[in-house]
Amino acid sequence: MSDHKSTQGEGPVPLMQQLLDSPFLLLIIGVGMPTVIYIIWGIMEIVAIPVAP
Amino acid sequence: MAQFRTCPDTGFAIDLNADKLIKWNAVTAVVFLLVGGLFGLAVALTRWPAVHLLGADDFYLALTAHGFDVLLVWCIYFEMALLYFTSSILLKSRLALPKIAWAQYILMLVGAIMTNVAVLRGDSSVMFTSYVPMMAAPDFYLGIILFAVGALLGCVVFFATLYIAKRDNTYEGSMPLVTFGAMTAAIIAVFTILSGAVILVPTLFWSMGFIGSIDGLMYRVVWWAMGHSSQQVNVAAQIACWYAIAAILFNASPLSEKVSRTAFLFYILFLQLASAHHLLVDPGLSSEWKIFNTSYAMYLAVLGSMIHGLTVPGAVEAAQRKRGFNKGLFEWLRKAPWGNPVFSGFALSLVLFGFLGGITGVMMGTEQLNIITHNTMYTPGHFHGTVVVGTTLAFMAMSYWLVPTLWQKELMFPGLAKWQPYLFGLGMGLASVFMMGAGTLGVPRRHWDISFADAAMVHEFPAAAYMMMGLNGIAALIGGVGGAIFILNMVGTVFFGKAKQPKAAAAEVPNIGGAATTYGSAGTMAVPGTFVLALVFLTAFVLYYFVNWKYLSDVWGLS
Repeated sequence: MSDHKSTQGEGPVPLMQQLLDSPFLLLIIGVGMPTVIYIIWGIMEIVAIPVAP
Repeated sequence: MAQFRTCPDTGFAIDLNADKLIKWNAVTAVVFLLVGGLFGLAVALTRWPAVHLLGADDFYLALTAHGFDVLLVWCIYFEMALLYFTSSILLKSRLALPKIAWAQYILMLVGAIMTNVAVLRGDSSVMFTSYVPMMAAPDFYLGIILFAVGALLGCVVFFATLYIAKRDNTYEGSMPLVTFGAMTAAIIAVFTILSGAVILVPTLFWSMGFIGSIDGLMYRVVWWAMGHSSQQVNVAAQIACWYAIAAILFNASPLSEKVSRTAFLFYILFLQLASAHHLLVDPGLSSEWKIFNTSYAMYLAVLGSMIHGLTVPGAVEAAQRKRGFNKGLFEWLRKAPWGNPVFSGFALSLVLFGFLGGITGVMMGTEQLNIITHNTMYTPGHFHGTVVVGTTLAFMAMSYWLVPTLWQKELMFPGLAKWQPYLFGLGMGLASVFMMGAGTLGVPRRHWDISFADAAMVHEFPAAAYMMMGLNGIAALIGGVGGAIFILNMVGTVFFGKAKQPKAAAAEVPNIGGAATTYGSAGTMAVPGTFVLALVFLTAFVLYYFVNWKYLSDVWGLS
């Protein structure tokens, strides 16, 4: 048994599938999320370190 | 107007531009694997205390070249070939922007050669990480930047091909899983390259004297967004290869396309954040930042890996059972084509990546446990378990199918090819284990001489540490022979291989379906053998994880 067909044309496409079918949206999320959580947050912490007198 | 040829083996319509670009990128990848592999062998033979092949200066030069050539150049050139294959050929589309794709190839080549020349000149032995304030020559950084710009152009071509394939309706519904996996790799690659630009462009200006200094911690945070994420590109590409090989050999579809795609989504969202585990012992960054990026976000990416680790063998089991291999738990596995290097390379890559690279990565990504092994030989042991026996072995397995198919030539040494994945997997798998063993005994990574012969303050390592480093050298030699056989086979096949006989009838063209060319699931979860194997893996995972907590408790006695 195999469901080798897309769900398109069989009613509304689920939100999750719409997301996964959007390469450019995934690209924005995939670049934006680590940029904010890893790089920007990390840099903010470094910048906040007090300068030695 | 794009021109196509029909592949006699697969029936694929192959855009001639994509055909040429895949071939050039793949061949160049193998050349750099040879160069980087030779440097790696020199490193391993130097770290074998009884051999101690190179002097200190040459050792650091070889280590720098080894890291750059295999971690970046070999992997990313192969990934460019993979991006063009999974977008143009698997989606039955013309390749978008072929001139840009050639610019990708040339820029990457110029960059790779420029950086290698800078390293070989001897004034840029700053190792792959090139931590400031160690300064390399400007062309070292410029070469990496050009290489990265080239790779970014490759990603642009890939996304543009996805766009025109969708616009021209070359495939039905959602894109097949193998292409989705390659797209995950491309997304992570874009983040990787942009991070690299953010840190390497100012570093280039610093090496040219235009900038006074670069903050060491700032450099490490941003550099690892590139350095570690580049290895996550490899992981995503390697898993796309696993699904492709399962489809090619068994016409296998994933157990659940939705679950597998969600696992790739976990990679897109969380995998790059694991870069923080390189900074777990750095002061100046809060525990919140460290723990969120590793012990929370990274675990979701690990969950993605464990899903793939279940669904890839599960897909093979489902396909084998459909073909009648139903006896007991493991007939499907016993009757698998173990003599075919495409399968054996794939299977070893899957198992060794999970047990050696995966479990140890989770351990090292835990803030408290990381201190046991940070900056020891354990770290290269871990990433030889991911990049070498995981990614490289998967790419080798894929090459055993891709090269004879694209070039339409018989494999030059099929007898040697049968043994090659075992030799390479065994050798490099053991090297990974021995490096981790030495690291557990405290042997530092990157150090030329663990006897500290001329040092003012010496440290006496236990004899077992010396034995581990010696065994690592022997294992690297075995793996090196495996690597040499692969390169010999690929070069021999491309340049001297016998042309394949044309197929007598269209009926002989096998059906390459499954995850490679269509969207869809196997439609069954009846894969008991895979679930048993997954439980064995989980047991090993839990035991190893908690053994390390016990080991940590021994480091600081409480009474």
